[in-house]
Amino acid sequence: MHIPDGYLGPVTSAVTYAIMLPVWVIASKIVKKTLKAKQVPLLAIGAAFSFVIMMLNVPIPGGTTGHAVGAVLVAILLGPWAACIAITVALVVQALLFGDGGITAIGANCFNMAFVEVFAGYYIYRLISGRSLITSARRVIAAGVAGYAALNIAALSTAVMFGIQPLLHKTASGQSLYCPYGLNVAIPVMLGEHLLIFGWIEAIVTALVVKYLQKQEPDLLGVSEEVLA
Amino acid sequence: MRTTTKLWIGVGILILLSPLGLILPERFKAGDAWGEWGADSFKELVGYIPKGLEKLSSFWKAPLPDYAFKGWEDKGLLGLSLAYIISAVVGILVTVGLVLLIGTVLRKKK
Repeated sequence: MHIPDGYLGPVTSAVTYAIMLPVWVIASKIVKKTLKAKQVPLLAIGAAFSFVIMMLNVPIPGGTTGHAVGAVLVAILLGPWAACIAITVALVVQALLFGDGGITAIGANCFNMAFVEVFAGYYIYRLISGRSLITSARRVIAAGVAGYAALNIAALSTAVMFGIQPLLHKTASGQSLYCPYGLNVAIPVMLGEHLLIFGWIEAIVTALVVKYLQKQEPDLLGVSEEVLA
Repeated sequence: MRTTTKLWIGVGILILLSPLGLILPERFKAGDAWGEWGADSFKELVGYIPKGLEKLSSFWKAPLPDYAFKGWEDKGLLGLSLAYIISAVVGILVTVGLVLLIGTVLRKKK
């Protein structure tokens, strides 16, 4: 899901950066108000966890690879704004040091994984959790469903960015200037592989860690709700 | 043991397992992630290399491209796996450093 340099034209790159700049500013302001000292280490763990889970490429035999992002878990633990910052840092380091995701695409990749996935996942989790107890089984299911759905929503958003390139930028001879695959290819492929395989990994990882924390230290799971309340 | 310590151990285990993200795709003959091919691949995929894509694709020279080390190409899957783990450690140290820095800065301005 890490869009490299060259796949997106200047319009998409500029628009996504333009959307993310205020998001990062708002995130900083909200986190500044709400982040507690004891949550800072958790924020670091969240970013580290997301970094490494994105390196665990899972193959579709004979086909492509993909991975989970871990963004929903971080959002459940720390709230969506703090999660947005944590995932952004992981994505920026991956792009700058390892060439995983383009520099011109940092806005786009952060939009998909640090914004769309984070917020979709967080609110789906809250919606399904309702007023259930922090330690209820319903929360484990909510975490799994949120992980699965949010990764797929992020994959769809990524696919749309790929897919609109042939509509936006073409040479006189009809060749694409950037990503040559249209929506008719990008959406079924990206969504298909995430619905089929990668979404389940995000679901299982998110649900398992939530279940573990329910036993280990349920207080951690309640923090992000105080933040928003 | 504190929960954060346990979670750090969890991250450590994931780092040690990270080469699976290299070995499994190799084992099951899976290629790049969709939409993350090198510019050269497009000749085969669509018959031409999109001009803008070709130009922009070399926009940035990452110091450790693809979580690998230059000159280690002939060291096989074991060398690649080691480089992958070292890359994960380096990347996570930088990431954690930045997050702690941001966390400290944001908390100080109160």
